[in-house]
This record gives sequence, structure tokens and C-alpha cells, in this order.
Amino acid sequence: MEMNQYLAMFIEESKDHLQSLNENLLKLEQKPDDIEVVQVIFRSAHTLKGMSATMGYQDIASLTHEMENVLDLVRNNKLAMNGGIFDALFKGTDFLEIMVQDIIDGGTGKADVSSVVVVLQAIVSGDFKNQGANDNKSSSSFGQEMELDEYQFSVLEQSLDSGFYVYYIKVSIRDDCVLKAARAYMVFDVLERHGEVVKSSPSVQEIEQEKFDKYFTVYYLSKQEEKEIKQLIVNVSEIDTAEIINMDKETLDQIVKKDYSTTNYEQSSIIVHNEVAATAQVTTTAKAAPATMNRTIRVDIERLDVLMNLFSELLIDRVRLEALAEEIKRNDLSETIEHMSRVSSDLQNIVLKLRMVPVESVFNRFPRVIRDLAKSLDKKVNLVLSGEETELDRTVIDEIGDPLVHLLRNSLDHGIESTGDRIKAGKSETGTINLRAFHSGNHVFIEIEDDGRGINRDKVLQIAIKNNIVSPEIAQTLTDDEIYRFLFAPGFSTADKISDISGRGVGLDVVTTRISSLGGHVNIESRPGLGTKFSVQLPLTLSIIGAMLIRVSDEKYAIPLSSIVETAIIESSRIRKVHGKSMIDFRNTVIPVIAIDELLNCKRDKKEIKVEHEIVIVRKGDKLAALIVDELIGQQEIVLKTLGKYLVDMFAISGATILGDGQVALILDTNAMIK
Amino acid sequence: MGEELKVIVFTLAHEQYGVEVDKVKTIERIVPMTRVPKTPDFVKGVINLRGVVVPVIDLRGRFNLPETELTNDSRIIIVSVGELEVGLIVDSASDVVDVDEDSIVDPPEVVGGIKAKYLRGVAKIHSDQLLVMLNLQEVLNKKEIVQLEVVEE
Repeated sequence: MEMNQYLAMFIEESKDHLQSLNENLLKLEQKPDDIEVVQVIFRSAHTLKGMSATMGYQDIASLTHEMENVLDLVRNNKLAMNGGIFDALFKGTDFLEIMVQDIIDGGTGKADVSSVVVVLQAIVSGDFKNQGANDNKSSSSFGQEMELDEYQFSVLEQSLDSGFYVYYIKVSIRDDCVLKAARAYMVFDVLERHGEVVKSSPSVQEIEQEKFDKYFTVYYLSKQEEKEIKQLIVNVSEIDTAEIINMDKETLDQIVKKDYSTTNYEQSSIIVHNEVAATAQVTTTAKAAPATMNRTIRVDIERLDVLMNLFSELLIDRVRLEALAEEIKRNDLSETIEHMSRVSSDLQNIVLKLRMVPVESVFNRFPRVIRDLAKSLDKKVNLVLSGEETELDRTVIDEIGDPLVHLLRNSLDHGIESTGDRIKAGKSETGTINLRAFHSGNHVFIEIEDDGRGINRDKVLQIAIKNNIVSPEIAQTLTDDEIYRFLFAPGFSTADKISDISGRGVGLDVVTTRISSLGGHVNIESRPGLGTKFSVQLPLTLSIIGAMLIRVSDEKYAIPLSSIVETAIIESSRIRKVHGKSMIDFRNTVIPVIAIDELLNCKRDKKEIKVEHEIVIVRKGDKLAALIVDELIGQQEIVLKTLGKYLVDMFAISGATILGDGQVALILDTNAMIK
Repeated sequence: MGEELKVIVFTLAHEQYGVEVDKVKTIERIVPMTRVPKTPDFVKGVINLRGVVVPVIDLRGRFNLPETELTNDSRIIIVSVGELEVGLIVDSASDVVDVDEDSIVDPPEVVGGIKAKYLRGVAKIHSDQLLVMLNLQEVLNKKEIVQLEVVEE
């Protein structure tokens, strides 16, 4: 289908608009009278409506339509925002997200949105009743023509649903009438007493100023019968005739569709305009948030992967050329290759940078999560984001969201005290959670810090002992840090009762597993009564890492530098057998020795007896092990490759890389070797 | 006439086999392979296929046929099925033929020592030759790698 090519674009843009809806609704919740923000929200909803209608997603279109109705009232100062309206709008946004997700997953984007729609409609119609009188006076703002705008149309439509009659009335005044305006006023007066005038043409002001010929028309809502209305109007003196058309849904639809289609057409052509206007607004309001309107294009991540692959091939060829130039020893050749090397390392930087995404794309959904959570826990909390511009590799970004949500929930549920407790403790009523990201060396740190009650060290220890995670004797000797670490043990929970949010003991262990699978780790700092800080350390990129190349028999392997403590040469005589296991004394501790060739079943022609062994000391958490290798080849930056989907869960192998000679070398997962 | 299928013909232990051409990415000469520890014997290792690491299995070993030395005629057929991309070592790859889909008949229990579940059927080509069509889905069944491993340990 032809639509398919637009689908990806639709999805991307919908996500952007949903994000903007969420963000701006939150902003508006802070400052409910900021009409500027309402305008932005309205435009997002409106664009979303237009796009989804074009793509044929009717449910999204109709829901956004309802939201737009409410927003329209707000931006025209006819409705003040309140908690109920925010909740309804947030709920609507949630539904939109669900529907868009459904479309992403290949669904039809249909959902039963009636619950929200009813609420939204109630907001609009409820407002209408308070607003009826004002409406007349301000109706000039709706234009000179007898055209219904969407808001008025929905008012009429809902009134029909709730049992009102909708009349289109044409009132003619006698030619010889002197005070046309006064007569018209009397007609309005009568009408207002028995119903409500939704729209008049010419506008009320113009009628008051006698700026009309000898008739005017109104859309009128009433519970009275047609005949009675007619009688009422004609009873006013000097009124010639009153033509009344009783409108049902169908006729209403027809009228509206006519001008609907024209306005729709206009709207769609204006969308571009709107967006330009929106960006202009962003720059004008840029004092608050630095404008992020960079000139960008969207690129499929797969293309970047292909680029990365091609580049790594180029790297391999470069290494080959360098070796050849060394042999041939021609100056101009060497110079050219040297230049090529410089260019290619610049290129490497750029290619790697292309994959970097600001953490903002993960952070920006958190304010919403925290808002909802705080509401359901009945706590007051302020989430402060900083360092959103910090960049991380796309692969890390994709994985980091869930663990961070877990940590945030944990801080909010366990860290931040209830409002009452906070006041008792002499703290401000509103808790604060700081979420920071920053670069440091080759790592990115993400910190989640709350000013809550801190970790109850003794309670954690008690539970750890009760759950047999640690024996009471050892427990005496543990440092705070070691005790906090128990929080990451599977099934661990300090919560007395299980809440929806946390306390089931699943979560924090998932967090560490996920983060260590990304090559990072989590640290905890806590001060009782003052708060807790979770600090997540992540590698900058997952696609290129520093590694030590080693040789075992005739096979080459790479060991990530991040897990290596040091390398050394030891005499065979220092290896001792303890309970049938090889161990060595190393810097005053006894650590196990692992012969990689035996572990990986390497073929060996004959077992050589060596006097000395080269070893690599590797670390998993605080455990060490010594790996015996035949040769340490050297350090190198390697490009990570997967083994593909066929070979999965391989023992002690985490991936592969391609060496300078074009050969594949496997990357050892030393964590799997240390028990 | 049913649909015409383009099929790559290769030999394995003197039998002719076929895989659909649209499942074949490339056919490569034998290149050095990097052994992957703790895998079944028929997994010969991984190769660098223009910057992508691709596992290679020996079809003889996969079907429990006696393995032989690789020769100059040996080829690696890189197939991709779903998300899987795997190289298959065969004795030689010789030809591309058209096969009428209707002429494919169900395979007998065992053909040339290979169980029927790995086969899609048998087709007649050139009026007198039989071509055994492989069922790549089953040949590349990942579950069997795991099971074989368990047996091995």
C-alpha cells in the first residue's frame, strides 16, 4: 500500500507530538494560566489529529478532536484548567500512546476510548452551560459567516444527544421597523429565556449596532417545540416572519461537513505554517529552555550499523596497508598511508558520534512517570533533571530506560517519606529527586538522588540474615557499602507491605543485571535521614572497546580491558593444588588459576612443560581469577560484533571482533569463568 | 504447471541437493574459520563475511554423514532464513536450475542417510536426475544445537 511509506514518518512524528503533549501538559500543570503553553499543546493535538485522520486512524483522530475541543476553550479563556481536566487530558494522552504503540506493533490503532471521550465531552458541555450568556457577546470572534466552528458544532451535537432541539431560525423584521436593534434584542431576550443561542449571524454586537439588513439568523438550542418557539418570536412586535428549521443530526452533519471539509483543507495546508510558528515560539520562549532546534535528519539506525561495518572493514584494510608499506619501504607510499590513517581516525570519531543520542530521549518520559506515581502514592515530589544533553550510544540508550524507571520508583516509594513524616522530620513538604547525567572519562554517570529517609542499614542486614544471604558472623564485619549491595539480591525487599509500585523484591536485582550486561555498574550511597544516591556508571559506547589480545595455542582471543586487573608472569612452581584446584598466591590473597586452553578445549599437539606462565588477572565484582595464556599480544581498540542469532548463549564468549588480518577473534566473557 | 522455483544445486556425499535461490545470500570459497569453543562438532566456527561475523556449519556433520577433508571444490553457501544467517559447507556448488513446484514430491523416510524432517521434498530435474530439496528451517533448528551440547557434556 502506498501509505506504508508514510507510516514510519507518521509514527516518528506522532511520538514527537505525544512527547510534546506530555511535556507541555506537565509544564501547564505547574503554570495553569500560561496560555502560550496551551497553544503549543493545542497545536500538537491538532497536528496529530490531522495526521491520523489522513492515515485513516479514526480513533486517534476522534480522541484528539475531543481533547482539542477542551483545549480550544482553555486557550480562548473560556475554561480554567483544573485537576479534573488535567487528569482527563493525561488519560487521553495515555490512550493515544497506547494506540500509536499498537500501530507500531503492526496493529490497527483502534482502542475503546469512550471513557475518556465522555469525560472530555462532559468538560466541554459543562462549560457550555456556564458560558452560554458570555457566548453571545463574544460570538463575534467566531467570524462573520454563519459557519459553525468545531467547538460550536460539538456543542450542538452533544445537545442533540442530551435531548435538546437544535433550530436554525431566520427572523425577518418588518421593513417599516424603526428600531431594528431593539426588536432584535427582544427576540434574543425571548430566546434566551427558553433556551440558548449558540451562534448568530450577524454577530450580536453587529445586531446591537443595527449593522444588519432586515433579517438575522441564529442557531438555537431549546427543549421547547418548534411551534412554541415560532409563536414566541412572532409575538414580538414588528417581526415579520420567523422561519424555523428543526435540525437533526443528519442535517447538522451535512452543514458542518461542508464547511468542515473546507476548514480541514485549510488546516492541513496550514499545518506547515503552524509548525513554523511553533518553532518561532520555542525560540522566543527560549529563556526557559535552550532551543534545541538543530538542523537534523532522521536516519534509520540500521544504516548507521552498515556504515559502522563498512568502516571497520576499512580499518582492517588500513592495518594491512600499513604492514605492506612497512615491507615495501617507499616514502611516498608510507606518507599516503599515514595520511589515510589520520583521516580514518577522524572518520572513526564521527561514525561513533553518529550513534550517540542525548539521554534526554530517555529522561523526558520520567516527569510523567513520577507525576502519576506521586499522585497514586499521595506524596509530593519534585523531579529535577540535569545533564539531559549528555550523549550515550544508541544501544545503551535503548536499554537504560527500564532500569532507571525502577530506580526512580524505588526512590519515590522507599526513599521519599510521606508528607506527614517529612513535616515531622522538619523537612520541606515536597521531596526532591535529582536525576543527573554527566560524562567522566570514558564513562557516563547517571545519578538518582533523593532527599528521603535513607537506607535503614540495620533493617537491610536483618533481612539479609533472615533470607540466608549472609551469616550473622560475617554480617558483623560488613561495611555499609557491602550491606547496601544486598538490596540488589534477587527477591530482596525491605517493604513491610507490597504496594503496586514496589516491595515485591523484583526490580533492583533486575536493574543490576541489566546494567552489568551493558558493561556498567551501580553504586549506592546513603545517609540516614538525609537521602540516598544511586549512581549508575555506563560505558560511553558499546561498539568499540579497549581489549587485550591474547593467544592460546594457535587461537587468538580478546579480553575486555574493563575486566582486567593486571597482567603478570608467574613461575609454574607457584601454582599449588588445593582440593584438586589450581590456586596461586597473588598479592596476599589466594586466587584460582584457570587454564584457558583446557577450559575452551583448545587443540594442542603436545603438552609443553613451561617454567613460566603469562597470566591475566581478571575481576568479577570483588572476586579475582588468573587466566593462563600462551602470549599477551597487546592492547587494541576492537569493534564489537555479535555472533549472530544462530550461536546464542555461548559459554564464556560474549561476542567477536575482526582483527587486522581479517580473522575473527572471539571476545572472552571472563565473568562466566569466575564462579 | 506450478510456480517455477530457482534452486541452487550442490553436492554432498555424491547426492544432489537444492536450496531456493532467494534464501542464498552468496556462495564463498573456503576461508579460514575461527573455532567457537563448546559447540557441536558440526559447527566449524565463524568467518568474517565482509565485516559481518557469520557462523559456519558443516552439512555433512549436521546430517551425521562422515566428514571428509575440504577440497578445492568445497564451498560455503551463505543462507539466510528469517533472522538467521549461517554458512553451510558443501562438497561443491554446481548449478542453478528451475524446478516446477508441482513436481516436488514428499521425501521418503531417509535419503542418502538424511532424515526426512530435514528435507522439503524430492524434485526431478533434467528428466532423469533427482534433486533433494532441503528444509532449511529444520536444518538450522537452534534447539538441536543446545540438545547436542547437552548430550556432549
